[in-house]
Amino acid sequence: MNTSRASSLRNSPFIYHSAQNFLFRLGILLFIYYSFSFIDLYRKKTWTRRQAISTPPTLWGTTIIGVTYNGGVVLGADSRTSTGMYVANRASDKITQLTDNVYLCRSGSAADSQIVSDYVRYFLHQHTIQLGQPATVKVAANLVRLLAYNNKNMLQTGLIIGGWDKYEGGKIFGIPLGGTILELPFAIGGSGSTYLYGFFDQVWKEGMTREEAEQLVVKAVSLAIARDGASGGVVRTVTINSEGVTRKFYPGDTLPLWHEELEPQNSLLDILSAPSPDPMVS
Amino acid sequence: MSSIGTGYDLSVTTFSPDGRVFQIEYAAKAVDNSGTVVGIKCKDGIVLGVEKLIASKMMLPGSNRRIHAVHRQSGMAVAGLAADGRQIVTRAKAEATNYQSVYGEPIPVKELAERVASYVHLCTLYWWLRPFGCGIILGGYDRDGPQLYMVEPSGVSYRYFGAAIGKGRQAAKTEIEKLKLFELTCRQGVIEVAKIIYGVHDEAKDKAFELEMSWVCDESNRQHQKVPDDLLEEAKAAAKAALEEMDAD
Repeated sequence: MNTSRASSLRNSPFIYHSAQNFLFRLGILLFIYYSFSFIDLYRKKTWTRRQAISTPPTLWGTTIIGVTYNGGVVLGADSRTSTGMYVANRASDKITQLTDNVYLCRSGSAADSQIVSDYVRYFLHQHTIQLGQPATVKVAANLVRLLAYNNKNMLQTGLIIGGWDKYEGGKIFGIPLGGTILELPFAIGGSGSTYLYGFFDQVWKEGMTREEAEQLVVKAVSLAIARDGASGGVVRTVTINSEGVTRKFYPGDTLPLWHEELEPQNSLLDILSAPSPDPMVS
Repeated sequence: MSSIGTGYDLSVTTFSPDGRVFQIEYAAKAVDNSGTVVGIKCKDGIVLGVEKLIASKMMLPGSNRRIHAVHRQSGMAVAGLAADGRQIVTRAKAEATNYQSVYGEPIPVKELAERVASYVHLCTLYWWLRPFGCGIILGGYDRDGPQLYMVEPSGVSYRYFGAAIGKGRQAAKTEIEKLKLFELTCRQGVIEVAKIIYGVHDEAKDKAFELEMSWVCDESNRQHQKVPDDLLEEAKAAAKAALEEMDAD
């Protein structure tokens, strides 16, 4: 009795009929396709919203510093704006003006910090006109704090306000994420600031002179740039005192080098004129 | 001095042919009919004093206050319609707390005076609102030092060394001008203000009055407070003695 596989297959109309054969294969393909989609859906659920965006948001992975000295304040910052791994702007200015005598260092989301500073500049301008005299640093800091606190769910920005007014002299206010307001003798912020806490613990003293304060700020920012990948570029400082505002700029090659950093080179072509390396001696 | 603007005085939104708004002037007359209010700026603070005419002997002394604290560092004395005055004080308190919560510092006296003046002026612009029938003397101590402002029913506000409104304002102003305000401390100023108020009080027309005084000065820690009772009694005694001296002449 030849009831072999061949005869049973022959008896089955499904496999041998060409149209049904095609449908059968199609069904298998569809099954495989949907099973992959199912796996994809499962995978998507474990993704966070940020990973689903195609380009990462523009952030100031940054280092910002504000210190008071005897007679005023010095604000300092690096100049790197990064979009993920790409440096979107290597010479950005993170110290923005709010009024003639009050400036703001921005860190965190670039867009958020810009919009906050625009609003506060607008409010302070009106306030100055109404008051008939320059606004105090405390008022500027309070306006920033109200915006940061009342919109804390939507904003991601840490700010340092520094300035000089005739009643209180030089003042620094730190406003981290969430909208706390802290009046401090010095403040540090941004991703690079994590490397500076110990440094400031050791080096900070009250009542420095202007030169001491400026040198301290430049040294601190350059230390943070050396260790923090999200900080870099040039160092900008703004000094505010009773006489006014002075902006200074320190290009990257004027900054001191720290442990294991390389000498800056203008071009790798320079090494072509160098003598050939010493042969290895066994 | 006073004229009746027949036909042009029915609404606060009507000018007379000679450019006056009579309703506002009539509102000022309501202020002129109330008890005298005096304010002076001494070298270390402000002193406010009110001649509070007592309507009935049954009233508790100390009630129906005419001097109100707007916030820690400022106070207002009101002359004229008391209910209108209460409304303005409420508004001033709201302005002061709003300023503090937005800007994070106590409202400067100049700013407070401007806001009160704007509010009083607002009520002179619409036909469906009558002007406030009260004048305000506002004194405060902020980081620019002690300041004294007066706001009239028309909505103008000026800064003064010494100001007086109410019945006895002419005589009071003369007395204030005799004082050397730049040399007076607030302790001395309290006694002088008591003397002035006792001096301008008209015994014939109004029988009883209560003296209400407050100050903002270095001694009160730059906060607006009622003048301490012992100093108030001292001032009243000195004022009565000065009156008797005058009567004896």
